[in-house]
Amino acid sequence: MAETKLLVDDLHLAYPVEAGGTLPVLAGVSFDIAPGEFVSVIGPSGCGKSTLFDVVAGLLRPDAGRVLVDGEDATGRTEPFAYMPQQDLLFPWRTVLDNAALGLQVAGMRRRAARERARALFGPFGLAGFEDARPFELSGGMRQRAALLRTVVLDRPVLLLDEPFGALDSLTRTDMQTWLEDVRARFDWTVLLITHDIREAAFLSDRVVVLGSRPTRVRREAVVDLPRPRSLADITSPRFAAVEEELLAALRTP
Amino acid sequence: MAPSLVLVGLGLAVWQWYVAANDVRPQVLPSPLRVVEQGWAFRAQIWANTVPTLQVTAVGFAVSLALAWALAVAVDFSPWLRRALTPLLVASQTLPIIAIAPLLIIWFGFGLFPKVVVIALVTFFPVAVGLIEGFAATERQASNLLRSMGASRWKEFRYVRLPGAMPYFFTALRIGITYAVTGAIFAEYVGAQAGLGIFMNLQKNSFRTDLVLAAVVVTALLSVALFALTYLVQRLVIPWYGAERRVTRG
Repeated sequence: MAETKLLVDDLHLAYPVEAGGTLPVLAGVSFDIAPGEFVSVIGPSGCGKSTLFDVVAGLLRPDAGRVLVDGEDATGRTEPFAYMPQQDLLFPWRTVLDNAALGLQVAGMRRRAARERARALFGPFGLAGFEDARPFELSGGMRQRAALLRTVVLDRPVLLLDEPFGALDSLTRTDMQTWLEDVRARFDWTVLLITHDIREAAFLSDRVVVLGSRPTRVRREAVVDLPRPRSLADITSPRFAAVEEELLAALRTP
Repeated sequence: MAPSLVLVGLGLAVWQWYVAANDVRPQVLPSPLRVVEQGWAFRAQIWANTVPTLQVTAVGFAVSLALAWALAVAVDFSPWLRRALTPLLVASQTLPIIAIAPLLIIWFGFGLFPKVVVIALVTFFPVAVGLIEGFAATERQASNLLRSMGASRWKEFRYVRLPGAMPYFFTALRIGITYAVTGAIFAEYVGAQAGLGIFMNLQKNSFRTDLVLAAVVVTALLSVALFALTYLVQRLVIPWYGAERRVTRG
């Protein structure tokens, strides 16, 4: 078996319900990610994707099961993960650069050093010249790149992206997807992406994990064996269409 | 601003005309011109009473702010305190100040302390509630983000909850400061050695309605000035707030 960066092992979680009893959400979710691999998780809406994400990120404790990073138990721990939520959550009282440096500052780095480290990524992230701008001055795509920069600069073993482009219009979203594919090729990231967009999952991923409806478990795993780096032209290729079809069929299976 | 000046001018003109046309005695209702004229004649005395009122307002409001901040921060960190203190906060607002203030004078004399208590009772609530709600308005996603970065509760407060609450704080501050001036006047009205409140009371007793009204005008100007001052402070403390709103509106 190949090396494993992240191992999600038989996660179970049920929410207590006000009327009494519990609402099972995760019913034994298991999958793994190799170092440098890009894996997407898709599933029907309301299936528990976000819950799974919070559990992996260490924000929520599972009832049973483990999360391992590099073979070590990381269940309920946040340090191995750099987390990017759906909303960009750039704070209006900080400049873009200070927003990008926030995580480093929280980790105890001096403001000056944190800013220098974040500043170095502004070029590759297409944000050069906007260091001292306020978040509200940025376009939707730029805000999302700044939020990703804030996540990436933490230099943690695994990147967790929760529908990062969900709020963007479709043109900007396509731009962001091709940009992410480009920038990913230059850094050695291990990524877990949660999305409801099949095309996004197929375009960006090495492998796609399809979840069933709630209470959820992994229904299928599909390998996207398209060569990298990919470009927009690949989307129209027959192989890409075949992958999309396979994912759609897996999602639709009752 | 301009429309309200027109309205005030119109009101004053009607008032002036009414007093002159009906030959109303100044003890009952002085004309606006007489109020200004007598106010100016007694400017030294009015000023001598304005300064103590300003001092009382400043000290009282400062104490109130300090208490409101301490309590709001404590409540933000402790759900237990939130449950324990919220009913007490509301109860403090139901105290009839008009009945309590004279008692405070009996208990604590004519000094600063009873006035500070009155101002604190009147202004504490809006400021504390504004802050508590401001802290609590932090999005859960933002808290999660900070937690994922490894932030302690204190760091989450410092980096997100505190700055996020500042717009709420300034709104509460504006409500509080107008109450503070009124509270100070009221506390002095009941009993004081000097101040606009006691000045009004004494002038009323000697039927100098014109001087009472002159003091009222000064009080109003004072409130408006302090109100405007909060915008200035806000601009200095949270410049990002105005800038963002100007852009997203335009």
